[in-house]
Amino acid sequence: MSDNQGPVWEIFLQKKAGQPFVHCGSLHAFDKEMALQNARDLYTRRNEGCAIWAVPANAIVASSPEDIGPFFEPANDKVYRHPTFYQIPDAIGHM
Amino acid sequence: MDLKAALFNYTLRLGDTNLILGQRLSEWTGHGPFLEEDLALTNIALDITGAAKSFLEYAASIEGKGRTEDDLAYFRNDRQFFNVKLTELPNGDYAKTIVRQAFIDCFDFYFYQELSKSKDETLAGIAQKSIKEVTYHLRHSSSWVERFGDGTDESHTRAQDAVNELWQFTAELFEMNEVDELLIKEGIAVDLNIVKTKWDKHIEELLNKSTLTKPENVFMQTGSRKGIHTEYLGYILAEMQALPRMYPNAKW
Repeated sequence: MSDNQGPVWEIFLQKKAGQPFVHCGSLHAFDKEMALQNARDLYTRRNEGCAIWAVPANAIVASSPEDIGPFFEPANDKVYRHPTFYQIPDAIGHM
Repeated sequence: MDLKAALFNYTLRLGDTNLILGQRLSEWTGHGPFLEEDLALTNIALDITGAAKSFLEYAASIEGKGRTEDDLAYFRNDRQFFNVKLTELPNGDYAKTIVRQAFIDCFDFYFYQELSKSKDETLAGIAQKSIKEVTYHLRHSSSWVERFGDGTDESHTRAQDAVNELWQFTAELFEMNEVDELLIKEGIAVDLNIVKTKWDKHIEELLNKSTLTKPENVFMQTGSRKGIHTEYLGYILAEMQALPRMYPNAKW
């Protein structure tokens, strides 16, 4: 096999129309069409969904582990940010 | 020739073409140019072998002598196979495998559309099921022909060499004999002239788009409809049939 397998793409699948796209894995491909085709071959052979997004991995901006403090932890002592003070009527069921 | 013999031969042709191509493509499994493409071609080989199974199963039931699809696949000799020669040629480099695949996918794409209207419900059913698969196969092989043709100097040269070498084997896809004549009258077989018109146009457009040249005035191979093959078929059969012939009725 070749050493040059092409850039990495991240693949997101949508289970049903209207639902969010969920990350399911990554793959190599040299262009957009190849990314879609490879996603089809790797991730949708067993009827997993109805739509695919393929995103070049280098287009994704990611936070780093050091960001956990400033990005996520300030919420910990501010319980009022969570909507946990409402009584949910039984009729609504699981939210 | 009676109708039953014609239908048996016609169905064998379809089964054998798929079986031998599926076997050839499987040779790439684990040796593809990179992991994702290896998987893609293996999936395609599996689809094609699946179609072979359906056709041979039906052929065995038409024959009605108690043979199964496995008997037909593993216990016939080369002269009893009716696959087109294009399918038995060695894979060569990836450009050759892909160009051959595009030629056959394009044929299947139009052929199955016609066969799905057959008065024979089993053939129509297999065709209907295959259309979705073949639509994807054609998209896959066409996109690679374009990448090779319109890619680097080397990929272009390899793709053009493949087109030049394989072109002589394309006429066999459209050959018709007394089997076709009889079955077309019954509304069962596909008139391959219809498929040829569409194939010619499609392939010419694909080659143009890929900056590849269609060969002209080429000597065209013939023979597979009569069971005459290239030297390569015997080797494929030897490999494919060795196990069942050594251990008949082996189960695994």
